[in-house]
Amino acid sequence: MTSPVLNVSNLVKRFPTGRSGVFVNAVNGVDLSIAPGETLGMVGESGSGKSTIGRAVLRLTEPTEGKITFDSRDITAIPERQMRPLRRDMQMVFQDPWSALNPRMRIGDLIAEPMKLHLDLSKSERENKTIDLANRVHLRPEFLRRHSADLSGGQLQRVCIARAIATNPKLIVLDEPTSSLDLSVRAEILDLLTEIREQTSAAMLFISHDLGTVKLISDRIVVLYLGSVVESARTEELFRNPAHPYSQSLLSAHLPADPNAKLSRHILKGEVPSPINLPSGCTFRTRCPVAKDFCEREVPKPHQIGTSGHEANCLRIPDGGNRITPSEVA
Amino acid sequence: MSLLEVENLRTHFISRDIDNQIRVAQALNDVSFTLEAGKVLGFVGETGAGKSLTAQSICGLLRPPARIVGGSVFFDGQDLREMPEDDLNAIRGDQIAMVVQNPRTSLDPLTRIGDQLARIHQTHSGGPISTSRERALEMMEAVGIPDPTNRAKSWPHELSGGMAQRVLIAMALMNNPKLLIADEPTTGLDVTVQAQILDLLKGLTERFGMAMIVITHDLGIVAHYSDEIAVMFAGTIVEAGPVVDVFNNPQHPYTQSLIASTPEKLQIGGSAKLGGQPPDLYNLPSGCPLRTRCSFAQEICATPPPRRQINDTHYSVCHFSGKSPANGSAS
Repeated sequence: MTSPVLNVSNLVKRFPTGRSGVFVNAVNGVDLSIAPGETLGMVGESGSGKSTIGRAVLRLTEPTEGKITFDSRDITAIPERQMRPLRRDMQMVFQDPWSALNPRMRIGDLIAEPMKLHLDLSKSERENKTIDLANRVHLRPEFLRRHSADLSGGQLQRVCIARAIATNPKLIVLDEPTSSLDLSVRAEILDLLTEIREQTSAAMLFISHDLGTVKLISDRIVVLYLGSVVESARTEELFRNPAHPYSQSLLSAHLPADPNAKLSRHILKGEVPSPINLPSGCTFRTRCPVAKDFCEREVPKPHQIGTSGHEANCLRIPDGGNRITPSEVA
Repeated sequence: MSLLEVENLRTHFISRDIDNQIRVAQALNDVSFTLEAGKVLGFVGETGAGKSLTAQSICGLLRPPARIVGGSVFFDGQDLREMPEDDLNAIRGDQIAMVVQNPRTSLDPLTRIGDQLARIHQTHSGGPISTSRERALEMMEAVGIPDPTNRAKSWPHELSGGMAQRVLIAMALMNNPKLLIADEPTTGLDVTVQAQILDLLKGLTERFGMAMIVITHDLGIVAHYSDEIAVMFAGTIVEAGPVVDVFNNPQHPYTQSLIASTPEKLQIGGSAKLGGQPPDLYNLPSGCPLRTRCSFAQEICATPPPRRQINDTHYSVCHFSGKSPANGSAS
């Protein structure tokens, strides 16, 4: 097996709150691995730590603990000077394209910027490549002379994607790249990302709260809750056979855009607890419909399910009590 | 008589440009619909299609340069457009309530939430404040806020997004409205919380016969929580009808592309998607506003499209509704 592009082990990130000894526990011991060319979807609700993980693997946020290996190299603690050349191989696309682009630069210069920083190209080579990139993201060449204020959200997100692929990176982190876009525009961007995935060998970490979107684009999905991975499986496997009670309720809360689809729902009570005071034992136990006494004391470890690499962190899996019974709703 | 009857509502943004020439953005163009008590109507459409503007026009909440230039809004037999501001104030917040998209900026940051809730009740009831306070606690309980007595003393900044949204819903329901307008009531909330709030609202329409307008981007919400759907494009309703009819048999090319763009139906690399930009409201194309983006457009589309009934309750505004070539291509 080829070595992964990215390997994260026991990643922990705590943010100080301003009061001494009190921390926001954003990420609590996350293990991840992405193979070359693979698209890993990361889903979770707000506060589950998905964006923090996405930023930490690129060292845009300094991890508190843990080890990050990129392309077989430990990058956890190397200084920014040595980090710079590596950034060529790791790119990011953000949620909000309006604030991700400098409004005073022309679109052409924005697309050329990463090449200017990372690649040794002549001016004309760079210009040719800019036009080529614009073509690849289906942006008409006349846009290259305009500014970001002249473009729509969908077009700006294409510019961001063009920037991200300009240096042929090995890993692209996409943090909610379609959440701020209208439905039809979202569909176009997903199309484009699929195309790019086929053209390049770049691995992708696709962060989203929307299960429908993640399902379309990911090979494998990890589900996060309160800064911990609760389940990890191949996409079809997760949707067919979610093992963790949280994944099950997350899938059941999803509303398919089809009035004929029968919903079998289990709606969780309450809200996500504060990451400042994490519940002891299993962090999901306060909302879990099948929690037992021991869930308060023991921290769940990953359980293998089958042979396809499906893992879930639930203490009720050994006794078979991890299934929640959904109530039928028309 | 229906609870809400909106007919040919037209709202324009009228302003002057840098050369002092009058510019008119035709934001709403002949919007007509009716809503019966106890029913839920879902409005969908892309950004700028006029969903929120329709709600604001109904409630008389427009600010210049937006102005209603034509049409009528009848609520419970009363003409809201002709009504003096004081009478309108007596209805808003009482018989017609609104839940807006951003809960955090809609609460008064300097007033405890219990007082904000009691205030809206007392303003309309004129009764003793103690009655209003009791009512506030009841409603907080009803929308699923735990420990209402203590929570009533919270400040808005102490609430999570889901809690703030619940407070806003409680506030809208304080006076038992006949009509609730919910503008993106769950956008920005987590899916598990979204489900709780939608179930709550749906339950209220069933229990109290309240009518509801839900404005959303999410076709999943409309599919499962609405009785009827109105699809908006460039300030007009291009297709409307019972949810099941419209989803099973979408007739307008825009509706078809919208349904084809949902994650469930989306074919990666497929051709059913609608490209292009929303039309320029300052300079709408003649005839059908979709024709510059519609793959079925023909010469006839430069003339205004007719409203065609597909059945008694389902209609579509397209030259080709109910017949080829546009018919049924997304299925």
